Amino acid sequence: MSDSIGHLRVDITKRYGGKTVLDQLRLEIRGGEFVTFLGPSGCGKSTALGVIAGLIPASAGEVWLDEQRLDRVPPEKRGFGMVFQNYALFPHLTVFDNVAFGLSLQSRPAAEIQERVQSMLGLVRLSGYESRYPGQLSGGQQQRVAIARALILHPRLMLFDEPLSNLDAKLRIEMRAEIKLLHSRLGLTSIYVTHDQAEALSLSDRIVLLRDGVLMQVGTPQEIHDRPRNLFVADFMGFRNFFDVRLGEPAGGFVEGMGRSLKLRARTAQDFSAGPDAIMAIRPDDIRIGKTSDGVNAVRGKVELVEYLGREQEAVIAIDTETRLWLRTAEKVTPGDEIALTLPADKLVLLPRE
Amino acid sequence: MRGRMWKLAIYVFLLGFIINLLGIVSHVMVSAFAKRWFGKPLPPAFTTDWFSYAWTNFELGQVLLITLFIAFTVVFVALLIGFPAAYILARRNFRAKPLLLLLYFLPLLIPQMTYGIPLATTLYKLGIGASVAGVILAVLVPMVPLAVFILLPFFEQISLNLEWSASMLGASRLQIFRRVLLPLMVPGILTAGLLVLVNTISNFELAFLLAGGGSQTLVVALYYNVFAGGVRPVYSIDAMAVIYMVMVLSVLLVALRFVRPTQMVFRLDQPRR
Amino acid sequence: MARAQTDERSELDLVAIACLVPSLLYVVLMFVYPFLYGLYASLQPPKGGAWSIANYLAFFSDPYQYRTIETTFALAIPNSVVVVLAALFLAYGMRRGIWMERTITTILVLPISLGVIFLSEGILGFYGTNGWLNQMLIGAGILAEPLELTHNFIGVTLSLFMQQFPFCFLMLLGYISGIDPSLESSARMLGAGPWTVFRRVMLPLIAPGLIIAFALVFVMSFAVFPSAVMVGQPAGSTRTISIAAYQQAFEQYDMSYASAIAVIMGVCQLLALIAIVLVRRRMTIATTMGVGKR
Repeated sequence: MSDSIGHLRVDITKRYGGKTVLDQLRLEIRGGEFVTFLGPSGCGKSTALGVIAGLIPASAGEVWLDEQRLDRVPPEKRGFGMVFQNYALFPHLTVFDNVAFGLSLQSRPAAEIQERVQSMLGLVRLSGYESRYPGQLSGGQQQRVAIARALILHPRLMLFDEPLSNLDAKLRIEMRAEIKLLHSRLGLTSIYVTHDQAEALSLSDRIVLLRDGVLMQVGTPQEIHDRPRNLFVADFMGFRNFFDVRLGEPAGGFVEGMGRSLKLRARTAQDFSAGPDAIMAIRPDDIRIGKTSDGVNAVRGKVELVEYLGREQEAVIAIDTETRLWLRTAEKVTPGDEIALTLPADKLVLLPRE
Repeated sequence: MRGRMWKLAIYVFLLGFIINLLGIVSHVMVSAFAKRWFGKPLPPAFTTDWFSYAWTNFELGQVLLITLFIAFTVVFVALLIGFPAAYILARRNFRAKPLLLLLYFLPLLIPQMTYGIPLATTLYKLGIGASVAGVILAVLVPMVPLAVFILLPFFEQISLNLEWSASMLGASRLQIFRRVLLPLMVPGILTAGLLVLVNTISNFELAFLLAGGGSQTLVVALYYNVFAGGVRPVYSIDAMAVIYMVMVLSVLLVALRFVRPTQMVFRLDQPRR
Repeated sequence: MARAQTDERSELDLVAIACLVPSLLYVVLMFVYPFLYGLYASLQPPKGGAWSIANYLAFFSDPYQYRTIETTFALAIPNSVVVVLAALFLAYGMRRGIWMERTITTILVLPISLGVIFLSEGILGFYGTNGWLNQMLIGAGILAEPLELTHNFIGVTLSLFMQQFPFCFLMLLGYISGIDPSLESSARMLGAGPWTVFRRVMLPLIAPGLIIAFALVFVMSFAVFPSAVMVGQPAGSTRTISIAAYQQAFEQYDMSYASAIAVIMGVCQLLALIAIVLVRRRMTIATTMGVGKR
């Protein structure tokens, strides 16, 4: 029941034949937290969810909820709620029977089931749809039924496996808000799997980035977005400009890096210990047009290509024969222009060379 | 323009086939209802007497009962043991799977006459040769795999997620089976059952090899009556053949209400997904 | 995670084994074991003592017996070719749907309900020397002598055709319909006419299904029994190997010899299947080599 704290501790490894899909994934999730597993396809996020749910047996490791070890407990006894990408509504049952399914397995009295189902359908704004069949519902409605079906059982933990991937863009944004609202009202510990950055950033208390079964970074959305710890995370979160540099000695909170054709100065992060060989990275939208008075991090180049995106434009600028910058700006740029750019020092991120 | 010619050729072929079919069927039907018929295009007089003749002289009531008993028993057993096997084969991938699928396919690939003789020999040795049990056991050999291969694609159509979500909602394996799998497999079970039924009723070679006193199915009885020692009037044989056809046709028509003709045969390896 | 199976090569747990065992055991006990027993029995002739190949020697030294192999092949191969070609012709032509498709496929499936006796009686009545077809042709003055269409090869082929064509057609129809129609469209856009499209795009894709269909039809034709007796000439030109086996089993009561003949029949079918698989291998190599050449 949801009276318990819902504090999850995992350390899981999963191998399929010779291939390691999850490599000693170690994680602690506090009660009430909303954690997202984020990463490209094949990174193991859905597998991790399946192992936590008990649907996929782990090759090694442990899963603990509060003080109870769960590895050997079959999924139907774990008391977790799960929402699937394709909703997985029972096509032969009505909306009512779908939502009531878990309760009917517990042999609850009919009156109680009736009352709880009605109340839950009200919560997901589907009152009146009781006798419809899943085939008669839209994608968004089906997803809400799936959520209601899981929530009605007062799960200790909610698991979401890319629940919004099958919806169109507008619906996705609406459903995202609904999920966020439900979480703030009910406060259930939740694990959410997605490949969509925007979902991860908007919904999560913490984000776990995975690549090939390995944990690449864990942090709040701000940390992940502004201070990536390695090349993969930076690249995944939208950094597109990367420079190989050789670092000098840090001084006054800054450090200088010599690239092939650029000399750049970046703010040092406290815990950055790699290098003298490192990478400096900056987002396309953080690059400024024009020069600053002190000329730090100034760059000149020629605009090669411009993509019109509505409010902004994305431009590719050639610095020299081998270096290109991606710039995103609301100002007008034209192919062929000579342009002066500044890379602000506190927007440049230091990353270890791999 | 050349396309038109091909279209025409197709229709001509179809027409030829249908005329051929009609010719064959109507000749037997006419004969079954003919009083006497020698050499003329059509018999001079018609009667339904041959049907009652066939009924009494060929003990048709008995034969029909046996045929139906055998058929329904085969359907029941084939579905009973084929259903779980098809489920596992649809859901799991294991090393021995291709071998198993081949093993199940062999009784369907290898003609019944080829393995029927050794099978009959074995059953005779065990003393259940010429009996209803013998026929049932023999016909089950190709029918169990048939049930498995028809049920397999129906299982594959049920997403694993449905079972997983039922599991997450607290359902035990038995509850998943009863409340999710079984209701969703009704079309599959129906299709498999009907097709096994049709194939069992029309099975000749195995039923023939295992036939003995009192275990003749309708097809086998027909065959024997054609070659029986005493003279059997051909009209009565044709009447019996018509009865057989009506029986199988009705099952077939029921089956076709639930199943498309293309689903009645093997799915050759098709790239699915 | 939306699919029909779990990804992993799983080991079979107890539940899975329990699900498989009944049917598996049945197939092994009732199919594999009798097969092996038949093999064993064939080597135990009543007059030769244990472990003797007397049956096989007898078979191959008696022309009345070994000719059946030739007869059966001569019956099965042309019949299979005709059935498969006709099925291909119709299935390919109907691949994009045809007027009244459901009705036509139903009509084509109905012969299944007739049964071999009905069919044989009907064939004798329609195609026989005194049958309706000959009566019509002679009555209309087209022929002077009736056509000998029954009690020979042709009769058996007709019977087999009626029994096998529906299945073969439906198999190929399903298979051909599964081929992506945009392949054909793109070939047409590249300038290929319908015949070229068939020969160079569709046929290579249909080939695997064709081979399987041919193998199935051939194997069924090779074992032909009741048709060969009823509309053929079981004592002569259509004395197939299954007739020989049946006679040994139920007329001579020599189960050992009958088993030997069944084994020989099985081996012939196996050899034919191997030959078909080899032909398919060579065909695949040929088509892929053709792609390289230009």
